[in-house]
Amino acid sequence: MFEKTLMAGNIAIAEGAISAGCHAYFGYPITPQNEILEHMSKRMPEEGRVFVQTESEIAAINMVHGAAASGCRAMTTTSSPGFSLKQEGISYLAGANLPAVIVNVMRGGPGLGNIGGAQGDYFQATKGGGHGDYRVIVLAPATVQEMMDFTMLAFELADKYRNPTIVLPDGFLGQAIEPVTMRAPVTKLPEKPWAITGAVGRAKNIINSFAMEPINDQPRIELIRQKLERIRQDEVRFESINLDDAALVIVAYGSAFRSAMTAMQMAREEGLKVGIFRPITLFPFPIKPLSDLSRKVKRFLVAEMSFGQLIEDVRLSLGADAQVELVNQFGGVPMSADEILEAIEKIMK
Amino acid sequence: MAQLEYNELETILYQKPEALEEHPFHFCPGCGHGIALRLVAEIIDELEIRERAICVASIGCSVNSYEYFNFDGLESAHGRAPAVATAIKRCHPHLIPFTYQGDGDLAAIGTAEIVHACARGENITTIFINNAIYGMTGGQMAPTTLTGMYSTSTPAGRKPSLAGYPIRVCEMLSTLEGTAYISRVALHSPAAVRKAKQAIKLAFRTQLAGLGMSLVEVLSPCPTNWRVEPVKALEWLAENMLPYYPLGEYKVIDAVAALKKEDHHA
Ligand SMILES: Cc1ncc(C[n+]2csc(CCOP(=O)(O)OP(=O)(O)O)c2C)c(N)n1
Ligand code: SF4
Repeated sequence: MFEKTLMAGNIAIAEGAISAGCHAYFGYPITPQNEILEHMSKRMPEEGRVFVQTESEIAAINMVHGAAASGCRAMTTTSSPGFSLKQEGISYLAGANLPAVIVNVMRGGPGLGNIGGAQGDYFQATKGGGHGDYRVIVLAPATVQEMMDFTMLAFELADKYRNPTIVLPDGFLGQAIEPVTMRAPVTKLPEKPWAITGAVGRAKNIINSFAMEPINDQPRIELIRQKLERIRQDEVRFESINLDDAALVIVAYGSAFRSAMTAMQMAREEGLKVGIFRPITLFPFPIKPLSDLSRKVKRFLVAEMSFGQLIEDVRLSLGADAQVELVNQFGGVPMSADEILEAIEKIMK
Repeated sequence: MAQLEYNELETILYQKPEALEEHPFHFCPGCGHGIALRLVAEIIDELEIRERAICVASIGCSVNSYEYFNFDGLESAHGRAPAVATAIKRCHPHLIPFTYQGDGDLAAIGTAEIVHACARGENITTIFINNAIYGMTGGQMAPTTLTGMYSTSTPAGRKPSLAGYPIRVCEMLSTLEGTAYISRVALHSPAAVRKAKQAIKLAFRTQLAGLGMSLVEVLSPCPTNWRVEPVKALEWLAENMLPYYPLGEYKVIDAVAALKKEDHHA
C-alpha cells in the first residue's frame, strides 16, 4: 500500500512524527536540522495541527511541556547547542511524568562547534543532561527509514512510560537521502485521563514536580525510579551482525555504525572474522547482551564520533578480561570505513 | 452554633468561590498573593469558566497556586509559564489558560517568554504580581526593585550604577502589536482591590472573546521582605511604588474597549 520514496533523514523524522499523531511541533532554527522545522511549518497546518517557531529552544521545550500536559503528542527538534538549552525543560518533563519526543540531530562541538555530524552528546542524552534523578529513553537510528520508524516508536514509548524520549541521529544522517517506506498513520492514541483538559465532571488534575516538604516529594521520585527499572528490563534494543564466528566485535551506533558495516565487509574479504554489536537503545543500554557476548568474544573495538563516550558504557558492560579499543573521529568530521579497517587490522594482525 | 446561623441567612453576601479549594493559603500575613488569587477565583466563578480554566503557575511564592484553585493546573519552570500557556491554548482553543507570575519570574528570567507571547498575540491571560522583590528566595533584588530600595542583595539600596533601573513592564509590553489589553492595578486599599478585580475580569473577557494577549500587573505588598508590618506595607506601596509604576490602562484595543462598554450598559 505504501510505496518507497526517496527522502532525507530530517524529512523522515518530520513525516514519522506526523504519522505517529504528533499534534504539536515547536522548534527553533539550527543547522543541521532546519529541514524538520521547515517541513513541519507546511505540514502541520495542512493537517490542522499546531506549529510554532519559538523564540528559543527553551520556549520550545516548555511549549512541549504545555502540549504534553494537556494530553497531546508533542515534539521538538534541535541540534547540539539547542539540546543543551532544552535540558532544564527535559528535567521538568521527566519530573512531572510527561511524555514527549525530543530529537537531537547532533553536530560538532563543544561550544558553537560546526554543522558536521558528531556523537559528542552521548553522555548528555543518556546520563540525564538536566538536573536531578531521571533518565530518558534514547533511540539511535542508522538509516533514513529508521529516522522515521524510531520517531514513531519514540512517541509510543514516551506514552507507555510517561517519560521523555530522545531520538539521537547525527548531522550526516539528517542529510542522508535514502528510499523510505511510508508508514500508516497511527489512528488509536492512548487515553490520558491524567491530562489537564478542563475539570469537567471530574476532580481537578494537577501536573507538577514539586512538594514543599522533601518527605512528601519522595513518593513521586520513587515512582520515577521504579519506572526506570521497568524500562531497563523491558526496552533494551540492539542488533547483532556476524557474531557467530566473530573474533573481534565492533560496537557502534548511528553514522559510525554505517562505516563499521563497510569496514566489517572489507575485513571479512581479508579473512578477518569481524562482527558488529549495535546498541539501538542507548538508554536503556544493552548491558546484559554485551556482557553475555564477552564470555565468548574477548576483543572489542568501539567506533564512535566523539573522544570516547559510548566506550565507557561498553567497558562497564563487559567482563574484566575483555580487551576494548577505541577508533574515533570527532568535531564534526565523518568517520571513514578505512579508519576502522586500519584499527581492526592493528588489533587482529 | 456558627453553622446554624449561617444556614439561617436568607441571602449570602460573601462566600468562598467555587473556584477555590478548602485549602488555607500559606502566604505570610499581609501578603498580596492571597488577595490576587481570590480575585481570580471570584472572576472564574462569575464568568462560569471553572471547567475550562487552567492555572499555569510559575516559580515564586505562588509556586503551588494550583493547589488553591478548584480546577486543572500545572507547574511551569521559572519564567516559562507564557510558553506553557501558549501551547495549551494552541492545542485546546476552548480552554482558558492563564499564567500567574511574580516579577522575578516574568521580568527577569522569563523576559523572553512574556515578550514573545505578547508579540505573537497569544490568546492567553497573564496575572503579573509586582512586589518589587524576590519573595520566595528571601528578599533579593528583583528587576522591579525601586532605585534606592533595600534588598538582601542591594544592602546599601539599589544603585543604578551597579544594578540598573527597575523595569516598567506594562509600558514595555504595550508597545507590542499582539497585546490587546494591558493594565496596572494595585492592592493597597479596598477601592484599589475593586478596580483590580475589574481589570482582571476584563483581561479574562479579552481571552474569552479571542482578542489576543491580556496582562494585568498587580502591585502587591510583601511585608516580610520589605520588613514592615502588613498595614505599613500598604502605605509603603502607595507612597513608593505608585509614583514609579502609575496605575491605569496601557493598552486597550478597540474591540476590548467595546467589551468594556457592553459591561457598563449591562
Ligand atoms: C532556574 C531557577 N533559578 C532560580 C530559582 C530560585 N527561585 C525560586 S523563586 C525565585 C524568585 C521569585 O521571585 P518572584 O518571581 O518575584 O515571585 P515572589 O516569590 O516574589 O512571589 C527564584 C529566583 C529557581 N527555582 N529556578
Ligand atoms: S515572602 Fe512576600 S510574597 Fe512571599 S508569601 Fe511572604 S509576603 Fe507574600
